[in-house]
Amino acid sequence: MRMALVCTLSAIIFVAPAFGQPMPPVPPGEETVDAYTISDANAGATPVDGQDLFAAFHGHEGISRIVDGLVEQVQKDSRLTEIFKASDFVRLRRTLKEQFCHILNGGCSYTGRDMKSVHADHGITTAEFNALVEVLQAAMTREGIVFSAQNRLLAKLAPMKRDAVTR
Amino acid sequence: MSRLGVACFALAMWTPLAAYAQEDSPAIDVETGGKLKLTRGVSTVEGQGGGGLTPWALITGNETDRGVGGTAHVTGVELPDYSLLSYGAALGLFDRVELSYTRQEFDTRDVGAALGLGRGFTFGQDIWGAKLRVAGDAIYDQDTWLPQVAIGANWKKNDQGAVVSAVGGRDDEGWETYATATKILLDSSLLLNGTLRWTNANQTGLLGYGGNLNDDHELMGEFSAGWLLSPDIVVGAEYRMKPDNLAIAREDDWVDIYAAWAINHHLTLTGAYVDLGSIATFDDQRGVYLSLQAGF
Repeated sequence: MRMALVCTLSAIIFVAPAFGQPMPPVPPGEETVDAYTISDANAGATPVDGQDLFAAFHGHEGISRIVDGLVEQVQKDSRLTEIFKASDFVRLRRTLKEQFCHILNGGCSYTGRDMKSVHADHGITTAEFNALVEVLQAAMTREGIVFSAQNRLLAKLAPMKRDAVTR
Repeated sequence: MSRLGVACFALAMWTPLAAYAQEDSPAIDVETGGKLKLTRGVSTVEGQGGGGLTPWALITGNETDRGVGGTAHVTGVELPDYSLLSYGAALGLFDRVELSYTRQEFDTRDVGAALGLGRGFTFGQDIWGAKLRVAGDAIYDQDTWLPQVAIGANWKKNDQGAVVSAVGGRDDEGWETYATATKILLDSSLLLNGTLRWTNANQTGLLGYGGNLNDDHELMGEFSAGWLLSPDIVVGAEYRMKPDNLAIAREDDWVDIYAAWAINHHLTLTGAYVDLGSIATFDDQRGVYLSLQAGF
């Protein structure tokens, strides 16, 4: 009986996520992606405590402007154009906004893929990752985010380097 | 002063050379550049990548794990009774290994006359250093308390052996080893560093190595803290314990408060107010420290 219970529980825990959240329809303007399991764990970081950092980022509107600015700049920065060449920028904007909002505890769900899968085929180097940090810092500064608040978000994003940098 | 002139000229030449090296990089496999500003540290008075007075676990140069980088520095410390000039160059290999050479010249000005050495008597010292990063990532390991750790060694040669001997110093050359740990707490915009140095150097070796009170190497603690104000500016303080080996004069620990400004990816300017305590019986050696570091 106990064995049966363990088996049932394991089945629920390990199998359920695979079909727990079905893939949503592809949003307009985005390319299709291979099926994956949708989970906030894919965001690569847990949300910060409290609401003050979300407020310091000027809420949804602030995050939206920062991500739009970031995505615009990565297409212009000569250090980054190569790695973003094949990107679906419509999808990148949406999932980045979700990810930042989720991490800043703005109450968003992250529906993108996990950090390892997202970056697997890009062959990103440490120098390119650092360039991306500089572009993000500039975007946050343009939005008027104070440096200490910028660093609190960067502290959450920093460990993702281990999954993002592959060469 | 002609040596200072040569050093300044070398530094002035460095930036265009560095720019050339970067433009040239696609032709070769080894990359240059890529570090975030300030994350190579500045150059200590002894030439290692670090703070002003104590080495950090960061590796000098702008290179990442895929390339090579380098820095050159000129540093002047103006004290009530002495002037210290330090200049040198360092190489960073794959953000893993650091090799450095620095020349120190310690001008005793009027003290030289008072001690019978002659006005403007100058102690000189050559410092060769090697540092190896052994673990951690000070910047990106933000989900753990583990710091970036490096170990290093310096070999130092004083060129005033006879005077070193006369003041009670045992040797005119010496070595020291150290372990250093650097942690950036991005969440609170802080940089912390701790170094343990195994040394018997008197006033970093300017008065020789070992002395009539103690000849053995001892463990000295050195501590730095920095507050990150922007991607370009860090302000902070340092404390460096020092041995006290000479009967003729008490040696004090060193303290400073500093501000470092990365003018761009190549140039960093550091200013500090230093308290170097008593040096060769002349107390209260507090003054201004200025350092320019150029790198690629």
